[in-house]
Amino acid sequence: MTRQVATAFVTGFIFAIGLAIAGMTQPQKILGFLNLAGNWDPSLMFVMAGAIPVHWISYRLIKGRKSPLFDVKWHLPEENKRVDFALMFGALVFGVGWGLSGYCPGPALASLASAELDVAIFVAMMTGGMFLGRWVSAGPSRSD
Amino acid sequence: MHPWLMSLLGGSLIGVAASLMLIANGRVTGISGIYSGLLGFNRADFSWRLAFVVGLISGAFVFWLIKPELFHNLSGRPIGVLAIGGLLVGFGTVIGSGCTSGHGVCGISRLSVRSVVATMIFMAAGVVTATWFFKTFGGLT
Repeated sequence: MTRQVATAFVTGFIFAIGLAIAGMTQPQKILGFLNLAGNWDPSLMFVMAGAIPVHWISYRLIKGRKSPLFDVKWHLPEENKRVDFALMFGALVFGVGWGLSGYCPGPALASLASAELDVAIFVAMMTGGMFLGRWVSAGPSRSD
Repeated sequence: MHPWLMSLLGGSLIGVAASLMLIANGRVTGISGIYSGLLGFNRADFSWRLAFVVGLISGAFVFWLIKPELFHNLSGRPIGVLAIGGLLVGFGTVIGSGCTSGHGVCGISRLSVRSVVATMIFMAAGVVTATWFFKTFGGLT
């Protein structure tokens, strides 16, 4: 339990440094990628090109183990779960919010460190939206 | 260092963080899920979720002390638009079971069909929305 909490902290810490180095805590860079009519910024593509291969390889090395280091079982989303309406509708709504603001949950939460009003308002409203989403979908709990 | 190289390096660190979470705790690093899971105030998994979020803010804080300009929002988007955006991001990530980290990084790496579909949809919706907003209202980005 303590080890799980400690790793969660370290994971969050490294993740935030990755986001900051990658430029992802600057909404103007996200919007510069999503907006095809302006001065296009390919940064987000390079972030994905950095993150996915690393995790792609580690996932294949790790998943052969019987259990994770600090827990007795895996907690991964079910592999045979279907693509359903909620997944597609939710992704659509998220994408619109992302395209309006340039913030997704990770960079927004990390940027709370700057104590700037913009991101604080974004996170407050995001939290409200999450409560609303949990209320609408009350029932089966999320797997991730 | 060239900004693209910085993005590649930062992205690799994100991949390392997700791998650490996987091998140590056996979990996907989906930030919307980790954070929204706190809102249920479930004692069993509250502490590691909170520790992740505190770690995320702490890591950013250390970086902010060195380079505060990395955390400035220079998009020029009005605060009302950010507020609506926040509401949609929160609602959408809960209904759609994930965001850029859970679906985009972890899900694609695991070749999850749901994550690949979700990522294509939110990317497309983000492109259409951001491009529409820029063409309609102008602005910096």
